[in-house]
Amino acid sequence: MKRTARPVFFIVALVILVLAYTSIFGVYTYFGDRRDTIIRGASDIRFGIDIRGGVDVTFGAKDTKIQVSEEQLDGVKAVIEERLVLRNITDYEIYADTANKQVVVRFPWEAGESNYDPTKAISEIGQTAQLAFHIGDATDSETGKPTGDLVLTGNDVASAKAAYDEENQQYVVLLNLKESGKKAFADATKKQYDNNKAPISIWLDDQMISAPKVQAVITNGEATISGSFETMADAQDLANLITSGSLPFELEVKSSGTINPTMGVKALDAMVLAAAIAFVLIAAFMLIYYRVPGFVAVIALLGQVAGSVAAVSGYFGIFNSFTLTLPGIAGIILSIGMGVDANVITAERIKEEIRAGKTIDGAIRSGSKESFWAIFDGNITVIIVAAVLMGVFGPSDSVFGWLLSPLMRWFPVATTGAVYSFGYTLLVGIIFNFVMGMTASRLMLSSLSRLKCLRKPWLYGGER
Amino acid sequence: MKKEFNFIQSRKICVIISLCIFAVGILFNVIFGTGMDVSFSGGTLVRYSYAEKIDVNAVQAMAQDVLGKDAEASLENVDNTDVVTVTFPKEITLEQQTKLNERMTKDFKDNKPVQVEAKTLSAPMGRQFFVKCLAAIALAAGFLLLYVGLRFRRIGGFSAGLCALLALVHDLLICYFVFVIFRINLDDNFVAVMLTILGYSLNDTIVIFDRVRENRRRHKNMPISDVVNLSINQTFTRTLVTAVAVFVAIAVVVVVALIMRIDSIMSFALPMMFGVVSGFYSSVFLSAPIWALWREKKAEKK
Repeated sequence: MKRTARPVFFIVALVILVLAYTSIFGVYTYFGDRRDTIIRGASDIRFGIDIRGGVDVTFGAKDTKIQVSEEQLDGVKAVIEERLVLRNITDYEIYADTANKQVVVRFPWEAGESNYDPTKAISEIGQTAQLAFHIGDATDSETGKPTGDLVLTGNDVASAKAAYDEENQQYVVLLNLKESGKKAFADATKKQYDNNKAPISIWLDDQMISAPKVQAVITNGEATISGSFETMADAQDLANLITSGSLPFELEVKSSGTINPTMGVKALDAMVLAAAIAFVLIAAFMLIYYRVPGFVAVIALLGQVAGSVAAVSGYFGIFNSFTLTLPGIAGIILSIGMGVDANVITAERIKEEIRAGKTIDGAIRSGSKESFWAIFDGNITVIIVAAVLMGVFGPSDSVFGWLLSPLMRWFPVATTGAVYSFGYTLLVGIIFNFVMGMTASRLMLSSLSRLKCLRKPWLYGGER
Repeated sequence: MKKEFNFIQSRKICVIISLCIFAVGILFNVIFGTGMDVSFSGGTLVRYSYAEKIDVNAVQAMAQDVLGKDAEASLENVDNTDVVTVTFPKEITLEQQTKLNERMTKDFKDNKPVQVEAKTLSAPMGRQFFVKCLAAIALAAGFLLLYVGLRFRRIGGFSAGLCALLALVHDLLICYFVFVIFRINLDDNFVAVMLTILGYSLNDTIVIFDRVRENRRRHKNMPISDVVNLSINQTFTRTLVTAVAVFVAIAVVVVVALIMRIDSIMSFALPMMFGVVSGFYSSVFLSAPIWALWREKKAEKK
């Protein structure tokens, strides 16, 4: 085996320190008042509603016997998102649980609202969407409501789907009307077509979502909306909104939870304090008990924690951030404790080899080699457990949820996201621990052992 | 050379100790029953913070009166806030919840009640979710044992797996009894703790069996119980140090939560803390020694 050069330790340690610093404090550039985030720090972490307060609600069809299609579920999702954005809530989580035909929404407390009524917010967001087609696109300047005559309502729409029009090479929304709406729509399109191809506007909850110009008189109830969609997703958005306004069922709150923001903040402070104390205690213990390998372990542990924080905050903009809950923080703390394992297994091996009379170099070499499988086996059990946790408590369309779906499809999804976050922090904690233990720790240890002042067996657990 | 401790001989005492703990747990379970959180049992829970002194009986009477439904009220301290908790065993709708809020603010306006938490879930949904959680625990245990079985084929994967299972069941029972004895309601955290302890405890068992496999190759003529004892001794420091580190990490959370009166994390941290101890104990003192006994009996028969 080639010997590791002395500076390697300093390079690896520096990399870890930089990672730790940036993952906690972030990197920002300032240009006047504008702050651009280059690297997200701990202050950019999105906390779960158990920490910052908010609402957690599951919607489903009121009539449980009714068949709910996937398009209709997407429609429900679309209208709820639309309503949240209208209320200036952009930091929400929403997913459709296709297996159980439900939509799960989590959103934080509205900022600056001291007298917030979450119960009211839930019922407003879950209302049946009101779809309406009006003649023209004129609005009342005071109320913002449409002034043109009402042509159709959601009850007249059979379906709306996004599609690609091969002939004209563009994305379109295909609108299908029920028998009840055909006559009115034919009359309206004739009127607007003759009126120099004037528009018919489409409204959802008193918001105009589209105002296509009438290009033809439509008598068979099959219309195509085209022209304004740059991507398939744009067309899908409109189709979803129209679907949501023509649902053949009413929404019902299947479960809900609200937490006031005053509750969680104290808990967050306590957990951060606990994390710091736990780290210091474990670091001191490792340092005293294992000396040089212990010192290396502390740096590796710092790297592991930094990695966990980075994985939650979405270190670089391109990575997704992950909601952090109280159990999620507990997961990071727990993985600090479990994280010493890889280093302990290696350090114990080195100690054994040195006591059996090997040189420091020989002991480090065989200690690293012999311990690989023990560390691997130890980590794999926790990884299996974390994966099951994420599969059971996460959204049904997440990776682990999908993997477990053949076994778990008959069960409802979790109503809170707290444990999902724990599974995630446990998983990334263990993975970073494994990576750090296998690479950084070993490089640092073999490079440090080349320093003359550290070439004493007792520093590695030998007799003094 | 370090003095060797005979883990094999201490086996009987350990089994007795575990059985005693179980007996206490069962006793508590019979007397107090098992508390279920709304997320498993279904129903509605509403918490109000309040000022001054509040008459809890009056709150309960009001809650029963306003909806004409079964309701219970109790005073609690959650995350350092005094709250009155109203629970409905059968879930109520949002409109009913609004009615309750209005009456609460009207009837007890001197106490300035503010709704700080609310949870609602239908009973069938809660039950289904509880079954899902149990299924998850069984599933994870299945995956883990499959792995152990495959990994230790050479030294009798089946018997090793079964002994590991014994230790896992032991740990899960201990965790469950912690919930019962400290009268913590079972909720999502219960599953998180159960699964984590599964993984953690098995990790210790695997490291010991790993050594057994290695030592069997090295000492071909040694009796099996001596091999196991040697292996436990060799891995003991590692198992202990890791257990101490994990214990310290989670114990710090428990202590900080106690001092700062943050109860919401307690249903997670406290059972986890005991689970870590149990996971360490069951691997070192129960599963490996019992496995040694099993192999010995089998060898005698031949």
